Amino acid sequence: MDYKPEKLKKLLSSSMPGFPFKAPNWPSTVSRTPKQSKLGADYNTDWSRRYPVRMVRALFVDGVTRPLIKTLIPPTVHGEDRINDAPVPAIFAANHSSHLDTPLLASHIPIKYRHKTVIGAGADYFFDRTWKAALWSGLAGAIPIERSRVNRRSAELAESLLNDGWSLIIFPEGGRTPDGFAQTFKPAIFQLAKKANVPVIPVYIKGTYDALGKNSRTFRPGPTSINFGFPLYLGESENVRAFTQRIQKAVDQLCYELETDWWTARTAAAKESIPELVGPEIKGWRDEWNRTRSKAIKPAGASRWPKGE
Amino acid sequence: MSPRPGFILEVDKSTPPTLFWHGEGFRLERLPTGSRVIYPPEAQPPLKDPLTAIYSALENPVGDSSPLSSLLFPDMRLTIAFDDLSLPLPSMQSPDVRQLVIEQVLDLAASKGVDDVVLVAALALHRRMTETELRHILGDRVYDSFAKMGRLTQHDAEDPSNLIHLGLTDKGEDVEINKRAATSDLLIYVNVNLVSMDGGHKSVATGLASYKSLRHHHNVKTMVHSKSFMDRDNSQLHSSNWRMGRLIKDAGVKIFQIETTLNTNTFPDSFSFLQKREWEWNIRDRAAFVASSTALQKSPPWLSRKVLHSIRSPYQLTGVTAGEVEAVHDVTIKNVYKQQLVEVHGQTDILTMGLPYIGPYNVNSIMNPVLVYCLGLGYFFNMYRGVPLVRKGGVLILSHPTRREFDPTFHPSYIDFFDNVLADTTNPLEIESKYENAFATDPWYIHLYRTGHAYHGVHPFYMWYWGAHALDHLGAVIILGGDPKTVHRLGFMSATTMSDALEMAQNVVGPDPTLTHLHSPPLLMADVKA
Repeated sequence: MDYKPEKLKKLLSSSMPGFPFKAPNWPSTVSRTPKQSKLGADYNTDWSRRYPVRMVRALFVDGVTRPLIKTLIPPTVHGEDRINDAPVPAIFAANHSSHLDTPLLASHIPIKYRHKTVIGAGADYFFDRTWKAALWSGLAGAIPIERSRVNRRSAELAESLLNDGWSLIIFPEGGRTPDGFAQTFKPAIFQLAKKANVPVIPVYIKGTYDALGKNSRTFRPGPTSINFGFPLYLGESENVRAFTQRIQKAVDQLCYELETDWWTARTAAAKESIPELVGPEIKGWRDEWNRTRSKAIKPAGASRWPKGE
Repeated sequence: MSPRPGFILEVDKSTPPTLFWHGEGFRLERLPTGSRVIYPPEAQPPLKDPLTAIYSALENPVGDSSPLSSLLFPDMRLTIAFDDLSLPLPSMQSPDVRQLVIEQVLDLAASKGVDDVVLVAALALHRRMTETELRHILGDRVYDSFAKMGRLTQHDAEDPSNLIHLGLTDKGEDVEINKRAATSDLLIYVNVNLVSMDGGHKSVATGLASYKSLRHHHNVKTMVHSKSFMDRDNSQLHSSNWRMGRLIKDAGVKIFQIETTLNTNTFPDSFSFLQKREWEWNIRDRAAFVASSTALQKSPPWLSRKVLHSIRSPYQLTGVTAGEVEAVHDVTIKNVYKQQLVEVHGQTDILTMGLPYIGPYNVNSIMNPVLVYCLGLGYFFNMYRGVPLVRKGGVLILSHPTRREFDPTFHPSYIDFFDNVLADTTNPLEIESKYENAFATDPWYIHLYRTGHAYHGVHPFYMWYWGAHALDHLGAVIILGGDPKTVHRLGFMSATTMSDALEMAQNVVGPDPTLTHLHSPPLLMADVKA
């Protein structure tokens, strides 16, 4: 059948009632002042921390997310004993390989943190539409974090929440790994830890890249692991670079611990011979090539919905 | 962000239909390309701490006046007069600004040991208010303290025992006002200045006056030469009141005037679409419009009226000034203009406006045809400074259902005025000379005014005079959507649709006329440069 969307659109618009049933036109004689954005980093998430919403979220996390995660990507949690005595609130800093990291971590952090934790999420990705912003802030307790530039509002919101006793899950890489290797941690976490005077708990998440990596079109259920490290406190004379590196090294060590064992990882750490999660630096075109893999031309007939291998 | 000033839209093909009040409902009308729509300025920010502002105004008066606390002493006679429920419109959410002011005045009076305090509602020839209405204006605390002891009164312009003649102005105008007020050691007047016509010497000289005094400025000649009566400097109504006010002062009546101004937050959130420009309506506004207009349209008029009259405005205080009458009023007028004035260049051939369900004289009541006339030709037409928005010989198109409906309790003389007087003539001068005296002195109307809740017998005449300037100026008046029989009785034409109305208007003003729409709510005043 010859499908002409313009024709259909015209037909629909002629049969549809006009204003006020549809949005008004903007008179061409009136200059339009730029609308103040209420999305992105400016999205107001206060409502998502009110008690009724928190209660619904708690029920959702414990009653839906947690069982679903246990069924689809059953996690083994390590290192909980290291944070039993850690203070509340705290910042959880984890490597980031998949969209599954957020529900996995949010539903498996110790109970003393679980229902009073917000998740730093990319303002440009998770808060670019009203429905997305409402969904993520409502169901996951996400707060918008500006990834591409320094945003005072993002930082102030996270800081004020930490001061109010909310813990924060943050992925210091700033986005999911495109290739399985970790990316260098961004330094914003230093300011938060310093200003709110809270410890950073390093976390390593394993297995989610294989289940649903950034460029993966297929979800592959399988086991995952979470490894919590000891809380890290900002040293008095420690600068931003040193503290960020310390966090990243702690995550590297947690990874190595899962790959080997605790003793091997400890001895390797003492010798400073733990392999870094960050992959070899690729200069030139291959770096960009890897990053833009998702834009590659798809084979003809490829469906958006994975049909399985 | 500071509020946006008034705005004049030039209608083009992409402009959405324009909202018109239509009595107890709304209309959306598509205006011809090239028409102008005058939108009011946005609401001014309110005073952050109204109570402190009121106290500060009482203790820091303007003009030749001492602080209120120094004017109060134990054995004095203190009278507090206040505006009636014709202001503001619609009635404001509790606490009413008058309650806030009067409570502070009474606190001061109590601390100074003043025992002889009487409150007087400055009704002029308006109807007496009900207990509920008085409680709303004054608050329960004031009402309960004064009403039981007979110290809360409503001015009676027909009570010879409580009127005092203070003399004649240099133009021979009788000045006769409330005796208790005039013979007090201090008269405090608490006003609400909704529009620029209110306040100043008009508060006492009109609000507390007798018919004998009022007829000197509430007459056809004065009204025709009040261009407009919203512009004090060009209003004979005000010139007369100012002469009377100065005579009252010279007669030794000591007045401490307290004037308040409100912003234009006229409707609560559920009706926020009324205060927005149509192209800025969001989905919530559109849903609220569809729901409310459909519900109001489907409901019988009495039910729609009941719903609409139950609305309380979220007005906020933007200014309070106290002290000597003229100095206070100068400050007040500046505040009112700051909120309401919109500069407009050039007059128009056709002026359109939608008339709401409420005017100053039908609070909790019916907007009868005479009040429709007064609201359109008296009030809205006169919302200008400079020259009228519509040119001499131009056409005014009003949108209102204009049913032949009257409230026999509040407006008994209006019924006879409509049925008998208007059946004979609509000419204000003829009406004045032929019929006014009979209605003004009718014992039954006077009885109803003094003992019931009826407007004075002469009140419909005054309503007719308020439109005299517009009648004199306009070539024709068309009521859009009005009941034809009722509209014809008023001496106007009725039209069913806007295109019919425009066609009829072109027969008067000629082809290709210019059109301007006065968008309300909220209220605005056009500063028209010819």
